[in-house]
Amino acid sequence: MVAFKIRDLNIWFNDVHALKQVSLDVEANEILSIIGPSNSGKTTFLRMLNRLNDLEPSFRMEGEVKFEKEDIIRMDAETVRRKVGMVFALPLPLPLSIFDNVAYGVRMQGIRHKGKLTAQVEEALKQAYLWEEVKDRLSESAFKLSGGQQQRLCIARTLAVAPQVILFDEPCSGLDPISTAKVEEAMLKLKQKYTIVLVTNNVKQAARVGDRTAFFLSGELIELDQTDKIFTAPADKRTDGYIRGKFG
Amino acid sequence: MRNPHRTQKIAFAFLFLAILLILVPVGLIVFVIIQKGLPGISWQFLSDMPRQGMRAGGIFPAIIGTIYLASGAILFSLPIGLLAAIYLSEYAKDNLLTRIIKLAIVNLAGVPSVVFGLFGLSLFVVFFKFGASILAGAMTLGILVLPVIITASRTALESVPQSFREVSLSLGASKWQTIRHIVLPNAIPGILTGVVLEIGRAAGETAPILFTVAAFYLPQLPESVFDQTMALPYHLYVISTQVPNVAEKIRYGTAFVLLAIVLSMNLIAVIMRNKFRKLKKW
Amino acid sequence: MRKFKEFIIEKLILLCGLASIFFVALIFLFLLKEGLAVFKTVGLFSFLGGKSWYPISEPPHLGILPLILGSLWVTLGAAIISVPIGVACAVYIAEISPGKIKEVLKAGIELLAAIPSVVLGFIGMVTLVPLVKSIFHLPTGLTALSGSIMLAFMAMPTIVSIAEDALYSVPKIYKEGALALGATHWQTIWRVILPAASKGILAAVMLGIGRVIGETMAVMMITGNAAVIPQSILVPVRTLTATIAAEMGEAVVGGEHYFALFAIGIILFVISFIINVTADLFLHKRQ
Repeated sequence: MVAFKIRDLNIWFNDVHALKQVSLDVEANEILSIIGPSNSGKTTFLRMLNRLNDLEPSFRMEGEVKFEKEDIIRMDAETVRRKVGMVFALPLPLPLSIFDNVAYGVRMQGIRHKGKLTAQVEEALKQAYLWEEVKDRLSESAFKLSGGQQQRLCIARTLAVAPQVILFDEPCSGLDPISTAKVEEAMLKLKQKYTIVLVTNNVKQAARVGDRTAFFLSGELIELDQTDKIFTAPADKRTDGYIRGKFG
Repeated sequence: MRNPHRTQKIAFAFLFLAILLILVPVGLIVFVIIQKGLPGISWQFLSDMPRQGMRAGGIFPAIIGTIYLASGAILFSLPIGLLAAIYLSEYAKDNLLTRIIKLAIVNLAGVPSVVFGLFGLSLFVVFFKFGASILAGAMTLGILVLPVIITASRTALESVPQSFREVSLSLGASKWQTIRHIVLPNAIPGILTGVVLEIGRAAGETAPILFTVAAFYLPQLPESVFDQTMALPYHLYVISTQVPNVAEKIRYGTAFVLLAIVLSMNLIAVIMRNKFRKLKKW
Repeated sequence: MRKFKEFIIEKLILLCGLASIFFVALIFLFLLKEGLAVFKTVGLFSFLGGKSWYPISEPPHLGILPLILGSLWVTLGAAIISVPIGVACAVYIAEISPGKIKEVLKAGIELLAAIPSVVLGFIGMVTLVPLVKSIFHLPTGLTALSGSIMLAFMAMPTIVSIAEDALYSVPKIYKEGALALGATHWQTIWRVILPAASKGILAAVMLGIGRVIGETMAVMMITGNAAVIPQSILVPVRTLTATIAAEMGEAVVGGEHYFALFAIGIILFVISFIINVTADLFLHKRQ
């Protein structure tokens, strides 16, 4: 099944042509990794999928982005974002308690019932492998958690809203190897229930967790294939060069 | 030949002199008012009605009037100012309208205070038939402090990191929910600091209340918002220029109380600013 | 339901966003409404150029030239005093004073800005006025000069803070470049930093002068309020603002005097409008 169907997508910020003629499908329940040098349009592409680009006043687009056969531009932005969650590059807890961070999105949907909230928060924290570490300190400020814990809190927060897709924007760029491993472990588990799009600067991470991998360069999609294929026998020599450079 | 280092020494000495020319008088003013005003302060002076044509008794109704006017002004301007600041910080696009709004704010801040008095007189006192009243005076003062309330609130709102807004939106919250639950709570310290400062300024303004509310001599407390009232700054003006033979103690005492109210508001604002800066979580 | 509530709130926010425009327009409108009536009886030129202001004589003389000149003298005097001192002060704070002292100096300037003008007027009356009187052996110390000194003082916070911002925003690279070429610190300030910040300083001066023209209470308390064409700075004068403040209490609502005072208000409003818009242009062009 196809989660996202993207055809001839072009994006500009003022006069900067950030994405050029990108067409690809994101399959349901896969992890699609997106790699590429900085300013290659990876994050712009990702932010298109839950309409965060709308926040930029200079944003302009052409082309078609369909989520489960619906044009996301025609959909209500809040509905899109509820179905398509995002985990950001740096751990960004809201200045609230641990509990309130996870409950935030749920509350915004109008759910106020205490028991229901508690259940959903617990479930989300368990899915993000954080429950055991924080279950006794839910009312503490989220800023008291370590960087890795904060990032898993952000994942839990996204899960609590019960999305269908989770977008990860370089989620481990600020984390040490152990924390990174925990986040990756969580991602692999989440794949069973969710569709995941992962933007990463870390080519090894893409190789470890991605089912398929896409390579972006200067706003163009250069190549998209099974992760094994991309890393062993890429069709385009620019992909080859980038991967070698990163590995070398 | 001119020695550049000697030139520099002379120049810096002149610059330093300029600093002294400002700060020494400021210090002296505050010192003189404290030194000559403090002895006149007693519980009776603060809590009594004025007597004998303001040549004896206390300044109680003027203090109360000033409190009413300053709080009334904030009550009127805070909701409008805060929403206007939200518009500028969260909704306004970079276009001509926004440019005009910003220019209007600058101009509103620059209108001479006595012109606000005229405006208040013609709109509230005459046109709306409020008469010279607390309502008219407080609303006039409210419009006077509005631009600063907007600017201070806007700065506070804009200092909330953009990433918080993105996170909230990405969790499916609407724009207004994001403002209401994330942006506003984190901007409140800065907004409050600005509000406290403006309470002080509203308390010290004289010209806008001259024709809109201030009573020359009214030794009783106002009973409704349609009553006139005495106010400290106008009272100080009256007893120092309009009424002969007022004891120095009373004049300095009144100046002291007014200055104390205004400066303590400033002090509170400074303390709040430092405290909140330390508490800041991000 | 929630959508509807938010729709209402967002419209309300837009409305309040426009409030500043609304109030500026409303102020101007009401000044015009009350003030233009005076020109039914007095021509614009005899209003602006008339040499005598006897609003309650019969028939009234409504010429505001003495008041304009009064404001002009006091303002010029204040500008001559406050501009060099204020800019010097800003240079000292922005360029020379070390961190901790800088904070103290800025706090001192903020303190000055916070003192209500009626308190400054009162202090001026009891200290400055007798001083001017005894130094120049005058019959009264309530003169244009006293007013200028006091107003210079009141314009200082505006000039210092805006000029300081302007100096501050001069790119560091200019300064480092000049210093690297062997210029002394002072030469750098004089030849590089001040010229680079000139537009912002000009805006600071304009806004300071705007503050002076609009100032009311202090000026009314210490300039003597004589509505005659001033021959020197050592005589009493009456400014535009003080005229409104002193006379509106006695003017009959809807009378000619009342209209004339509003017409003065129009003039003050227009002056402050021009000053603020021009200063804003200077401040914006810099970026």
